[in-house]
Amino acid sequence: MLKQTEGSRAVAEAVAMCRPEVICAYPISPQTHIVEALGEMVKDGTLSPCEFINVESEFAAMSVAIGSAAAGARSYTATASQGLLFMAEAVYNASGLGLPIVMTVANRAIGAPINIWNDHSDALSQRDSGWLQLFAETNQEALDLHIQAFRLAEELSLPVMVCMDGFILTHAYERVDMPTQAQVDAYLPKYVPRQVLDPGEPVSIGAMVGPEAFMEVRYLAHAKQMEALELIPSYAAEFKSVFGRDSGGLTHTYRTEDAETIIVAMGSVLGTIKDVIDEMREEGHKIGVLGITLFRPFPLARVRESLQGAKRVVVLEKSMAVGLGGILSTNVRMALSGLHMHGYTVIAGLGGRAITKKSLHGLFRQAGQDALEPLTFLDLDWNMVNKQLEREKAHRRSGPVAENLLRDVGVVAARNY
Amino acid sequence: MFQVRIHGRGGQGVVTAAEMLSVAAFDEGRHAQAFPSFGSERMGAPVVAFCRIDDREIRLREPIMEPDAIIIQDPTLLHQVDVFAGLRKDGYILINTSKTFDQLGLGDMVRDWRQERLCTVPAMELALKHVGRPVPNVPLLGGFAAVAGVLRLESVIKAIGERFSGKVAAGNIAAAKEAHAIVKAEMDEARRKETQHA
Repeated sequence: MLKQTEGSRAVAEAVAMCRPEVICAYPISPQTHIVEALGEMVKDGTLSPCEFINVESEFAAMSVAIGSAAAGARSYTATASQGLLFMAEAVYNASGLGLPIVMTVANRAIGAPINIWNDHSDALSQRDSGWLQLFAETNQEALDLHIQAFRLAEELSLPVMVCMDGFILTHAYERVDMPTQAQVDAYLPKYVPRQVLDPGEPVSIGAMVGPEAFMEVRYLAHAKQMEALELIPSYAAEFKSVFGRDSGGLTHTYRTEDAETIIVAMGSVLGTIKDVIDEMREEGHKIGVLGITLFRPFPLARVRESLQGAKRVVVLEKSMAVGLGGILSTNVRMALSGLHMHGYTVIAGLGGRAITKKSLHGLFRQAGQDALEPLTFLDLDWNMVNKQLEREKAHRRSGPVAENLLRDVGVVAARNY
Repeated sequence: MFQVRIHGRGGQGVVTAAEMLSVAAFDEGRHAQAFPSFGSERMGAPVVAFCRIDDREIRLREPIMEPDAIIIQDPTLLHQVDVFAGLRKDGYILINTSKTFDQLGLGDMVRDWRQERLCTVPAMELALKHVGRPVPNVPLLGGFAAVAGVLRLESVIKAIGERFSGKVAAGNIAAAKEAHAIVKAEMDEARRKETQHA
């Protein structure tokens, strides 16, 4: 049924239709609305049987999810930003133990400096944690991916992170097609755990493993993740047959058939990029975009196949590897090894900096003329940067960077429009 | 695509207003996207929310920098925030005030603009009268339905009914209707004057 609703609310309703048995969460903006709504559904009995556990921290949230998943309960949690970092040790444990937890990450920057706005730094910091990572382009895709995530997690016995842009998606009211309970039930079978703590048939989960078998356990985790590359396209196809729409899969391409320039990106910025591509296509530019839906495991073969006909590839990402450049672009580069083409990395939208059509037009035109630096920071204020660099040259005790820059700009209320 | 930017202060229902606009547009079978300008919202701090309305899917995710219409829920913002940033000449402006554009010091700015697109409505007073609370957002939506002509009053009323219930819904509907009537009368008056000048 079509409805106009908030992204968080839509995800909460979709998660509820997946019939989770344990939801544990510690509220951190911008995912708070999701678990709030689920908490209300548990309390009023709409979501039953389900236990909602308020915990004292994100570390506890993931630890509880590990326990409940090990006990055979379908388990869900959500977090963002510093919350994800705070649970990091347990995040690795969940995947290392092979427990099929589904977690929403409402993507946000990581401090310092403190910043509550959107980028992909949080999820990408956990890229090697052993979790599968899916990125949603719209609220529709976000809710659809959650339904697919439970299926995927439980089949592989691996945890899945569904990433959606914090605020930009979580707080946006837009049209979504809510599935029916019957559709979700038809798509998502009952959870049959591959391992379970059962007093009737006791086992231990979480043994210490020494050098004699540790590498083999790690290898198996890798091999299992790689199975997702086969499973995901078939799950997406099946999803289409039940729900009637394309959602999920490894990647999405848009107008790439004859494209000389292909942009690569993840998440909600793909929408803005598509609008720019339509406008540039009308002017005769051969340009398209490849959206990465599955970031872990990284679909190397699919990415290579989608990009190999292009003259140049521009990876636009809301994350950065300090001291290297891009994170997504490093992954894309690996998919392109041996191919001769221009490759550009563009860091954009960090900490909620708006990515505008106007800036993208300028950027893509520059790229089309191969006039782009290998590493570009979109809309960086060089005056601000240079002023601070001069300050540091002039005075040894030049003061904290963030405070200096804020003093230079002047704090402007509600400036982001 | 029609783009609306709403300015107000934390506690005045700015974000709710944008969301309700999007629901009203959805009820008319259109695509709509509402979102707040994200920040550390506090009571009284300047807040901005956006709403896009279109006949096809809206993919754009940038903030609204060149709005077609601006709704100002709190006229004290005029001296604090560049509320008109990006608004083209002859855009729609709706301000919550009992003063005129001249009295607000905006007369020169909009001197040769289309006068029937420049409206004021005492939304705070209407809210106090009908709802008993100083929240101007919903009456302004009633006024907006009159000024911009992109949404029908009936859709706004339906959206109010979906958001609120009981007395609050009834009060807000009454306030929205009265605001709609006030704005419509202002527009008719402006058109009449323009015809006289012509």
